[in-house]
Amino acid sequence: MENVFIIDPARCIGCQACVQACSECGTHRGTSMIHLEYIHRESTIQTTPQVCMHCENPTCAQVCPADAIKQNPDGIVHTSLKPRCIGCQNCVLACPFGVPKYLSDADQMIKCDMCYDRTSVGKRPMCATVCPSEALYFGTLEEWKARRRGKPVNQWRFGRQTVTTNVYMVLPESAPKEVRIDVRLKDVVSIKREEVSV
Amino acid sequence: MLSQLDKKGTRNGVAATLLLVVAIYLGSGKLKHFDPALIAYTSATVFATFGIVYRYSVWLQKPPTAMYWRRGWQLFMRPSRLPANCLHLLRLLVQNIGLQKFISNRDPLRWLAHFLMSWGCILAVAVTFPLVFGWVHFEADPQNQEYYVAMVFGTAAGRFPAYSWVGWVTFHILDFCAVAIIIGMAIAMKRRMSDRGAMSVQTFGMDFLPLIMLFSVCVTGLMLTVSALWLQGHSYSFLALLHAFSVIVTLIYLPFGKFFHIFQRPANLGVQFYKQEGRETEQAVCVRCQQPYASKLHVEDLKVVLKELDMEPEFEDGTHYQDICPACRRKLMAINQREAIGGHGYL
Ligand code: SF4
Ligand code: SF4
Repeated sequence: MENVFIIDPARCIGCQACVQACSECGTHRGTSMIHLEYIHRESTIQTTPQVCMHCENPTCAQVCPADAIKQNPDGIVHTSLKPRCIGCQNCVLACPFGVPKYLSDADQMIKCDMCYDRTSVGKRPMCATVCPSEALYFGTLEEWKARRRGKPVNQWRFGRQTVTTNVYMVLPESAPKEVRIDVRLKDVVSIKREEVSV
Repeated sequence: MLSQLDKKGTRNGVAATLLLVVAIYLGSGKLKHFDPALIAYTSATVFATFGIVYRYSVWLQKPPTAMYWRRGWQLFMRPSRLPANCLHLLRLLVQNIGLQKFISNRDPLRWLAHFLMSWGCILAVAVTFPLVFGWVHFEADPQNQEYYVAMVFGTAAGRFPAYSWVGWVTFHILDFCAVAIIIGMAIAMKRRMSDRGAMSVQTFGMDFLPLIMLFSVCVTGLMLTVSALWLQGHSYSFLALLHAFSVIVTLIYLPFGKFFHIFQRPANLGVQFYKQEGRETEQAVCVRCQQPYASKLHVEDLKVVLKELDMEPEFEDGTHYQDICPACRRKLMAINQREAIGGHGYL
């Protein structure tokens, strides 16, 4: 059965286990590539992990002037090829999910490659292995469906650009096939008084 | 097949090839100093020149590459900045191409491997190509047979005693290059065979083949020296054939595989000027968090590139996704999920 990667930001508890585990990965030892974002630190404890979504037609690779980002037939979009990357940061700025990181010391881009040393031999990526709340899940879709609610979605619309990804995100059953990203939404929602029970 | 060739690439490739042929003809004194035995090497170089220029021209037509190429030169050539830019370029050449400091920041051992291999190759190319093209040759000094005269483009450029350390180093320079390359290669090979990360992504064609090619060029070259110095020329012509074969295959491979980065990588120098301009000019401010996140120049250029690539993340209200910083984009995924779920909590 084929494995899939499914993220569920709502389940993230901000424990940082993924951040630590990520830096143990063989392909980029010592550097963590996962982003753990605080949504609005002053008013909410919500955090969200962001891994590379491994787009079918990766914007990062398209805007790379040096042909430094390659995609495997299995859909994995690799980190920059070191001899080629010229450190321009086009990919960093163009990725719709804000994934690639720029390392100024090495003058290179580095990004999540779904722990290719592990996933290419059937193991789970480091982050999904250690995530205690299944905000990051890696396994078969059948297993996921057997014990989780919602539906995994992998098609996004950013203005006029549609992006299909190999990584899924959990949304309610009612969600459309293609999710339009709304940029006007605020960081925090105001909680109505009656919702807060003491 | 021919009709599939890129027009611009073909035109530039043919022009560069013709230029090289003319330079060989004139530089070798109308072929007077050209050694016909080396014709195979020359042909392979001519082919490689076409291939490299062709691929480079095609590469430059990619929207993001074209944008950087244009901008890089524009910023570099501005008259008011030209002298300072030339100085800066010199500094960058020493640091990035000469010392390759960016690699040592990543891994000192990888730096050592790359430094030995790259400088071994550069030096070897600088020595062999002019010799093969007949631009440089050595003659015994007619006044004193103990001396050699180095002839560059047909004029005497220096003279040295044949049996001196200068002579010895001059005639063995390729052996030094070969030893340096082999040491660098051994370090690179060890990494490729023991580093789990490297092992999972490397491929034979991209990563091992170039090392094997360099190895065969170096070893066959060193064997020629061994044969000449210690084995009274035993199997010399067979070894010469093997060496020629490995060099020619490597030359032909130049435009296709990993070695092409030798020509691509200097684009990093142009990027440094672009970044400098970006630091000194207006910053783009994220429309969500109001924080600066990149140079306005970069963000605006990228919008043009994305449009050329038919990727237009522009919303109905006019907001462009490029006007939102990467951190906000990451947050927006979770925020949109929260909205779909209908507030706090999870499914
Ligand atoms: S999520 Fe970003 S970095 Fe990953 S493949 Fe897509 S565009 Fe590239
Ligand atoms: S930073 Fe490197 S990988 Fe990213 S676009 Fe520039 S050259 Fe390509």
